[in-house]
Order: sequence, then structure tokens, then C-alpha cells
Amino acid sequence: MSRLIHIQPITRIEGHASIQIQLDDAGEVRDARVNIMSLRGFEKFIEGKPAEEVPRIVSRICGICPWMHHLASNKAVDRCFGVTPPPAAQKLRELMQTIAHAEDKLLHFFFLAAADFVIGPDADYSVRNVIGIAKAHPELAQKVVRMRHGAKMILEKFAGKAIHPIAGVVGGFSKPMLEEDRREILGQMRELLDFALFTLDFAKTKVFPPYLETIQSLGVIRTGFIGTVDDTGALNLYDGRIRLMKPDGSFTEFDVQDYADYLGEHVEAYSYAKMPYAKIWNEGFCLDENDPRGIYRANTLARLNVADRISTPRAQAELEEFREKFGRPAQATLLYHWARLIEEVYACEHAIELLEDPAICDPHVRAEVQPRAGRGVGSVEAPRGTLIHDYSTDDNGLITRANLIVGTTHNIAPMNLSVKQAAKSIIHKGVVDQGLLNRVEMAVRAYDP
Amino acid sequence: MSVTVASEWLNSCSGCEISLVDLGERLLDVLQHVEFVHIPVLMDHKYFGQTGEKPHLDIPEADVGIISGGIRNEEHAEIAAHLRSRCKIIIALGTCATHGGIPALANSFPVQDLLERCFTTETTDENPKIFEPPVPPLLDVCSALDEQIAVDVYLPGCPPHPDQLFSALTALLDGRTPELPSKSVCDTCPTVREGKGKLTKLRRFLQNPHYQNPGEPLDKMRCLLEQGFLCMGPVTKAGCGGDAKTPRCIAARVPCRGCYGPVRHDGNPMLDMLNALASNGIDVKSLPEFPSLLRFAGAHRLLRPSRRRNERRVSP
Repeated sequence: MSRLIHIQPITRIEGHASIQIQLDDAGEVRDARVNIMSLRGFEKFIEGKPAEEVPRIVSRICGICPWMHHLASNKAVDRCFGVTPPPAAQKLRELMQTIAHAEDKLLHFFFLAAADFVIGPDADYSVRNVIGIAKAHPELAQKVVRMRHGAKMILEKFAGKAIHPIAGVVGGFSKPMLEEDRREILGQMRELLDFALFTLDFAKTKVFPPYLETIQSLGVIRTGFIGTVDDTGALNLYDGRIRLMKPDGSFTEFDVQDYADYLGEHVEAYSYAKMPYAKIWNEGFCLDENDPRGIYRANTLARLNVADRISTPRAQAELEEFREKFGRPAQATLLYHWARLIEEVYACEHAIELLEDPAICDPHVRAEVQPRAGRGVGSVEAPRGTLIHDYSTDDNGLITRANLIVGTTHNIAPMNLSVKQAAKSIIHKGVVDQGLLNRVEMAVRAYDP
Repeated sequence: MSVTVASEWLNSCSGCEISLVDLGERLLDVLQHVEFVHIPVLMDHKYFGQTGEKPHLDIPEADVGIISGGIRNEEHAEIAAHLRSRCKIIIALGTCATHGGIPALANSFPVQDLLERCFTTETTDENPKIFEPPVPPLLDVCSALDEQIAVDVYLPGCPPHPDQLFSALTALLDGRTPELPSKSVCDTCPTVREGKGKLTKLRRFLQNPHYQNPGEPLDKMRCLLEQGFLCMGPVTKAGCGGDAKTPRCIAARVPCRGCYGPVRHDGNPMLDMLNALASNGIDVKSLPEFPSLLRFAGAHRLLRPSRRRNERRVSP
């Protein structure tokens, strides 16, 4: 007898989503989809607001990656008003973003995802979580909590607010960095780099090995990828050109100002989140797992796939090893976790690079700016993927129109494909239990921040 | 003795939950005494049983229910009512839950306009803008929690500072009601108020405030409002600085925008601020628009669509 299984809510992710799995009369999976349940309407309600206020409004799109929205928005407003922030301000913005990335990846890996591997995908829900990890591995938990918290407090101590930041301002940054700040944060980031290397090694030797088969099979789909690279083709989280790669590894690059020529957004009645797709491929949009069209992925694995290299030595060595094992582009969905920890190493190394440059302490951190009519697109790489804010302003510098493509949404279509793939390979003859359903959810969790 | 806690996030961003994680090592201590029975961000407890087998929403009973986010859709309303029935104490966590928060800015627009814009942007393919179950229909407005269910404890903040969360949780574990500051942000602000000058207009925050040198302490910098920048400190509840007291935005030399909500729970920050400015001889027309003054407190019907659909200005 056909029936519908509804996993509600998807847990240990940021946001409100559910999974519907449709079984046929034989109990085999006919279809599966991901529902995104919430809509707040930022694209509408920032209309009429002074553009310089918007970077501290749109941060509320996401409490895990508020720095990303804050900075993409600042870049868009800079462009609307035709202002270029001074070099030190750009460095400070990039530093804050890089540290936020470093903090985020520890949060995701240890607090949200790791329980599936460390405690086990079939364990009871009451222990398959970070609290269970804390009980099973108290020393590790203490270290993780301390290191992540330390990184977060760098942001709060230097920039006032770590969650829902305010220190990025149109034309630059709200305050300069003092030499004593620089030295203190440099020391902290060096310590965090050691922990990042420990974490990656721990994951490679202790966490992933028992699951290598699962990694190579669960939720695996074949898609294109998107990410930002600098002018040498190296990974860049803060700025650069957007590279859009086809499943076969060939790619095009574009300036984010032209994003609307390359990307479209498809709407399905079962999800408030739109589904971006590669309009430029001229193949339309299709979620049929045997004939997906226009589908690409964003976030850690995507960034490592599109980048030719990583500019920092330790992360580059890890990337080489990763490519050796999994190829380029690597398609296995659970490899997002591995890629995330390589990016963690990069974020720490790059923050150190930024801090080793004394020019970051230049007191000139904000350019003069006047409100005016204009249009501006700003983007950064958020943990979940390429984040695009596009605004227009009137003569008084108030927002007249906004379009946002949020990192998460790039992965909504592929998440649907991964979930369908996972459900079809795991669920047979109508047999489900919480462990099996959790494995289906793991295909979503991989894409989280 | 351990306290059972059920936690939910409604029309929210997860910032409140992350602020809880930002307790750092204190979180590990709290977890010794708290037993979570439901918290979607950290734990895989499901609404309708672990395999979706139950016909009704079923969150276990708990001593304390912690809810972040306001109420924007039918699912939020259902979960809030269910938690109320299952928990002895309900805590409204964060300004979205206490006053609507940033998402209640949407209350300046009819809900149809919201859907219309979000699903017709220049990159969006043509679509009927109609959604089907299980996607929950939007309600007409974004409400604060206490517009729909009784709330016992309010912990505003966007997000609430981890220090405040820690003292609130500690109080609850001791069986006490958490105490909140009754002061304003200005009462905890170290900047210098000279109380003189002939300010008649406010400037937009398009340049950084004036202070002597990059390392100058905040208690030598002149009040940002006195420097001519709109600062919502006078009408905003104190507490954002946590144990260190110094307001967080001021620490970054940026003016307050009111993220802790009004000083009195049922205050109207826009009216209070405009009155304060006007009575000090400042021309409120020098502000580019007014709805932003309610950007954290637009629930409780304070922000509404303007009749003329001219969204730029809502007259006070």
C-alpha cells in the first residue's frame, strides 16, 4: 500500500525544513523531496530603508552566518553609493569574515554533523547529538567548546558584536585595529590553526574511515559546482570572480554584477526557498535524478572543486591529497564534511596572513560617502555557498529594489536529488526505522553551513 | 536536580541558539543540570514520532519551554500553542519572540506584497506563487509570542548576550525568576554626555564618529547622539553588553539601533524616540524615514501597512 513518510523537522541543521518520502505499493521509494518551511520576506521589507542601515538589518537572515550577509550587503551598498573602502577597511572586513568561517566550520562539524559519525547514524536520538559527544568524550568536548568560543570572542571583542555584526559600514569599517589587537588576535589564530590541523587529522584517522563506503554512496549525485576564485584561480572566500563548473569539470567565470545572466531561480509549490540553477547552460531546470538539468552545488565541496588551488601551504597540501583520493570534481555528498575541514585550515592560515601584514592597522578605515541613486551587487562566499545581495537605491539612498540569492538556496535542488538518491538506496519494501531515516537526513546535513 | 527543557525556534534566524552555544565552557556546566527533551538545532527529536508515525504533534512535557522567533505562519502558531500546553514556564528568547524583531519589519507591507516580490524577482522563473502542504500558509502579520500565547519570562536581545542567558538559566535552575535590567542603554553607556550644544538635525551614519585617536577609550568619546547621529540608546532596554555592561554597538563605535527592544515591555520606541528628539529641539524630519525606528519592535501592531501604500513614511 502506498504511503507518505514525513520527517519533520529535519534536525541538526540551521533552518526549518522537512522531508517527504513517497512509497509505492511495493514499499519502494517513488519520490522524495525537501520542503523549506519558512519565508520572512527580506527582499520586500528592506524596501524604503536607508541603504547604509541595510547591512545591519539583513544580517538577521542567518544567525550562524550573519557576517556573510553583513559584508555582502556592505559591498552592495558601497557600489550603490559609488565608494571604495580604504585598503585597511577591506582587510578588516576580510579578516572578520575569515575568522567567522573558521568558527562556523568547527560549530558545524562538532556540534551538528559529527554525532552521525562519532556516536553513529543508528544510535538513539537522545544520545546522537553534541550532548552525547560531550558525555562520551568529555576532554575533546571541552577543547572544542573552548577553541570555538575563543574564535567567536575574537569577533565580539574586536568588532563589538559577533552575532549580527555592526562593524562593517558603508565606505569601510567602523574602527581601526590597534597594534595590540593585531598581536593578540594573531596569537589566537595561530593556536586555532593548530586545532584546525588536529581536527582534520582526527577526522581523517578516527571519524571518517569507518564510513568511507557510506561517504562514497550516500546521497551521491552528479552536478555542476559554483564558487569564488581570485584572478589566479585560487580559492577566495571574500572576493573575486564567480566560477561556474559543469559536471564534466569545464567552467565559465563571471563578474558577480552580471549574475542575473548566469543564474535563474526555479520555484516549486512544496518549498518557500527558491531553487537557483545555471540558466547560462541553456538546458532549463529539471530535478529528474536520471536527467538533472541546470543543477549545480555550492558550499565547501563546490569551492574546492572549482578552485585550481589554495593559496596557503597546509590547506593546499590537504587539497592535493583530497584530489588524489576523490578526483576533481569530487561528487560524493558526504565529502562536504572533509572539504569543510580543509577550508577550516585555509581560513586559519589566511587569517594569519592578513594579521601578519601591519597595514591592517592603518587608522584610515572609512571613505567619504554620499547617498545617491545607484545599483550594486555584492557577494561573498558564505559557509553554505556564494551569497549575492543586489540592491537599487533612489536619489536619497533609500532601497527601491532588492534581490538576494542566499548561499543555502543554491543547494536546495541538489539536496532534493541527494535525498531522493539516499531514500531510494536505503528504503526498501516499506521498512523504515529512525536510523534509516536519519541516514536520509545526513544527505541534507552535509550541505549545512 | 535536573530541569527538563523543550526548545523551539519559530520565525527566527538561529542567532539566539548560537548565543546559547556562545556560553562557551559554561554551557558544559549548564548541560550537567539541564535535560533537553526537544531542541531541533541540536537533537533529533521529531514532531510526529521518530518515524512520523503519530497523527498529532507531540513534544514531551518539560519544566521550561524556550521559544525564539515570532509567529509568522500556521506551523509556528501550532507549535507555540503546543509547547505552552506542555511546559510549566515559557521563556520568550530574543527580540523576535518578545517584540517581533527584524522580521516584523514585514508588517509594513500586506502579506500578498511580500509573496509577490519574493517570487517575481528578476532572476525568478514565472510561477503561480501558490504553495501547498506541508509548506505552512503565512499569517497576515508577524506577531510576538505573547500575542498568541501566555509568556512567563522575557529575554530580549538580538541576540541576548550569553552572560544574560547564563544568569537567566542559573536563576531558573535555582527556582528563581530571572531578573532583567530596567534601565536604558544610555544608563550603561560610558560615552561622554555634555548636555549642551545646539543640535537641530541628525546625520545619517555615513561617517565614523569623532574621537581623538584610534586607541582612545570609549569614556573619552562624546555621546553619539550628541555628535548628531541617531542612536536609539535612550529608548532601548539595557543589557546587551552582558557582564561587561558597555553596549556592544557602542564598543564598535557604532550607534544603537534598539535590538533589546523598548525599555518598558509595552513601549513604542519610535514614538518615544521622536518625542525625545522633538523635545530637545531636533527636527525629526532630518531622519530619512521612520519605520526603521521600529525595526526591532514592529509586532504588537506597531508597524502596519500604510493606507496610501506609500511605504517610505509612516507618520508618527
